Amino acid sequence: MSEATSTGYPEENYLTQGSTLKSWLLTTDHKRIGVLYLLTISVFFLLGGLFAAGIRLELATPQGDLVQPETYNRMFTMHGILMIFFFLIPSIPATLGNFLIPLQIGAKDVAFPRLNLASWYIFVIGGCFTLWALVSGGVDTGWTFYTPFSTLFSNSHVLPAALGVFITGFSSILTGLNFIVTIHRMRAPGLTWFKLPLFIWSHYATSLIQVLGTPVVAITIVLVAFERVFHLGIFDPSVGGDPVLFQHLFWFYSHPAVYIMILPGMGVISEVVATFSRKRIFGYKFMAFAVLAIAVLGFFVWGHHMFVSTQSVYAGTVFSVLTMLVAIPSAVKVFNWTATMYNGAVSWDTPMLYAIGFIGLFTIGGLTGVMLGTMGIDIHVHDTYFVVAHFHYVMVGGAIMAFLAGIHYWWPKIAGKTYPVFWSKLAALIVFIGFNLTFFPQFLLGYMGMPRRYHAYPEEFQVLNVLSSAGATVLGVGYLLPVIYLTYSFFFGARCAQNPWGAVGLEWETTSPPPTLNFDEIPTVTGEVYDYSPKKEAQVV
Amino acid sequence: MELFKHLPLFPESASTVAGKVDAIYFFGIFLSAFFSLLIAVLVVAFAVKFRRRHPDAYGVPEKTSTPLELTWSIIPLLISLFLFGWGVKVFIEVNQAPSNAIEYTAVGKQWMWKFKHPEGNREINDLHVPMGTPIRMKMTSEDVIHSFFIPAFRIKRDVLPGRYSEVWFEATKPGVYHLFCAEFCGAEHSRMIGSVHVMEPAAYEAWLQGKEPGQTAVASGEELFKSLACITCHRGDAGSRGPILANLDGGEVELANGQVVKSDDAYLRESILNPRAKIVKGYEPLMPSYQGQVTEEQILSLIRYLKEINQKVADAGDATPAAETQTAANEG
Repeated sequence: MSEATSTGYPEENYLTQGSTLKSWLLTTDHKRIGVLYLLTISVFFLLGGLFAAGIRLELATPQGDLVQPETYNRMFTMHGILMIFFFLIPSIPATLGNFLIPLQIGAKDVAFPRLNLASWYIFVIGGCFTLWALVSGGVDTGWTFYTPFSTLFSNSHVLPAALGVFITGFSSILTGLNFIVTIHRMRAPGLTWFKLPLFIWSHYATSLIQVLGTPVVAITIVLVAFERVFHLGIFDPSVGGDPVLFQHLFWFYSHPAVYIMILPGMGVISEVVATFSRKRIFGYKFMAFAVLAIAVLGFFVWGHHMFVSTQSVYAGTVFSVLTMLVAIPSAVKVFNWTATMYNGAVSWDTPMLYAIGFIGLFTIGGLTGVMLGTMGIDIHVHDTYFVVAHFHYVMVGGAIMAFLAGIHYWWPKIAGKTYPVFWSKLAALIVFIGFNLTFFPQFLLGYMGMPRRYHAYPEEFQVLNVLSSAGATVLGVGYLLPVIYLTYSFFFGARCAQNPWGAVGLEWETTSPPPTLNFDEIPTVTGEVYDYSPKKEAQVV
Repeated sequence: MELFKHLPLFPESASTVAGKVDAIYFFGIFLSAFFSLLIAVLVVAFAVKFRRRHPDAYGVPEKTSTPLELTWSIIPLLISLFLFGWGVKVFIEVNQAPSNAIEYTAVGKQWMWKFKHPEGNREINDLHVPMGTPIRMKMTSEDVIHSFFIPAFRIKRDVLPGRYSEVWFEATKPGVYHLFCAEFCGAEHSRMIGSVHVMEPAAYEAWLQGKEPGQTAVASGEELFKSLACITCHRGDAGSRGPILANLDGGEVELANGQVVKSDDAYLRESILNPRAKIVKGYEPLMPSYQGQVTEEQILSLIRYLKEINQKVADAGDATPAAETQTAANEG
């Protein structure tokens, strides 16, 4: 990361356009809204992290001796709800997506700037309902809200929590809608579809899922509320309902939601790998179609969550084979990232360290996903810690590593400041080690048979649980470091150069930080995407 | 593979299907390890070998190679389809009970497992079973969804309210194994655990002898059939107000609307709890619902008994269900 020369830094930029609270809360600037989201989801992440700390502390001993079981159940439920609906789903799209999509396509803003601000308010209101559920005593159904437990048996605050998820879903739908229209209508002259960065492709695919999938979970939540309040027999078998129906409806959204969480991360990794290898992404078109394939196929695999739910063997077979198919585009992406590094000029800057970590951990997450999609294996490991380990490899090892890669890559663009190289590389290393120490033992625990959501467990599982809890401590330190040095950097860091990484892409052709309207003049695109070549450099200089 | 089985980090294998699940699991682990290591080695090697030696260095641009893209799409596809096919085969083997399996019943409730042996013995959270005998567990729940999971047997099946699900196993090694509830079911979910005691057949017989035998399912079903006054209408003669009860174990029943349904557990259960849902041809919808008047265990006994009955319309005048004496003798 190079520092700014005395002349290159924009004294007027989006951050200097008003510093009052009002100027932030009423902004329609996509960049400021991105920063608002970043602050909001960081709060939810820290809260969700506190619950994770509570879970790991309780599981350090086999006896349920730290908290009551009711408390433990509320902890893992709130951990799941906060991390999934209030951190992972908005994490990359609402922060980096918001900030970068207009910049990368050469637009002054998103298509509907006020709707964009409304999305943030809806998100915050949804968050308030969920926090209300939390402070009034919590909810104990698991983030999955399985019926009939959630509708007829739970005495906890299911309704406010579900309402929070319901409301925040609209934020997700509107953000997706905004991005789709923006990408279709607002590309700079000459910027055709196959000149778009893969970050845009992955957000396009993600937005499709958000718009098509989220309404289904909203409807499902309404049905749960109706049954809970009015005792309609939708899921309650004693009056003719079907408890398994809920699982179909829930996973019809919640499996694609996994791709809402990981596809934007794949987009980030494509940008980072290209920039820090100084090379065009290998197999660009295959990469673009792969994200679309994942988004479409992702809608037809929900039944792999239900192999042992009494779903018919035939249905299970179909879902299993479709699960195998959705794994292929993911594999293609991993191979192409790897091939991009081949013959590259690979730097070891912090974002690239996270990206390399991502590729390794996501590969393990994906392959164990294939194992879980295999019916003969799932029958034993379903609902055990094997599943917990698998989705944390995808969500934490994948999505959060990508989020951190992206934040470190575009931080000079967002804040216009540099961050300490040593501390940021150390943090990346600590996160990688802490992550593996936390979650690898859980694969072993799962095959040994330890069920998930257990407050107390048989003694033979203790050694691996202690390792996992120790790893969580390391991971916690790894996450706190960036919070500290990036906050410091935002206020006190040295100003950075306009394009500190020597990256190509329209977002780097404006100042860092950009002006409110992004570009003094809308750029016209003539070159190819990821056009890394010495010739190009010569032209710029 | 044998090596792993002796590590303390691997679960006991104590059923006929455990080895099959383990084999495909090891194959999956091998695949995962192979590809993860391959990618990890390549990524690290490229990061080192092609590291940026000069601040202005650039990568060498390459054209996309369609044959290469197809290669690394098709090879993983073939491997995963192989895994899929094998997985389906194992899943069916793990789920399909042999025809000679002995039926036990389990009722899950917050937060315990209630078992009934075919001999009539009842147990809570402990389950004693003989080694080498295929056992079919017919399960239902009184409240929320539970899941019946015995890691040492590599079997798992959700247990649903209002519905019957089945799981089977044949234990191969004496010992005491964990029984877990694998589906989150409320406050004491992690205490909904039990022990499966696998015994040598002789030891199991001795254990049974030492216990006060309860009523068999058929016997208690028969008693309920009388005490709930089912017999008043289902007399089995031509003038009965209720249908003749015969051939109910998988036989076909013709309904008033012309539909023909199979008489299985779900049908019999519905006919007890919600009798007007399906009306047998030639009969009036007179039967009251027994919802709330019978426990899940009682319904299981009734169903068991109904499958034994074989009323014959020719026996008009003889109100005694024909099968009862004979079956009672068999079970006793």
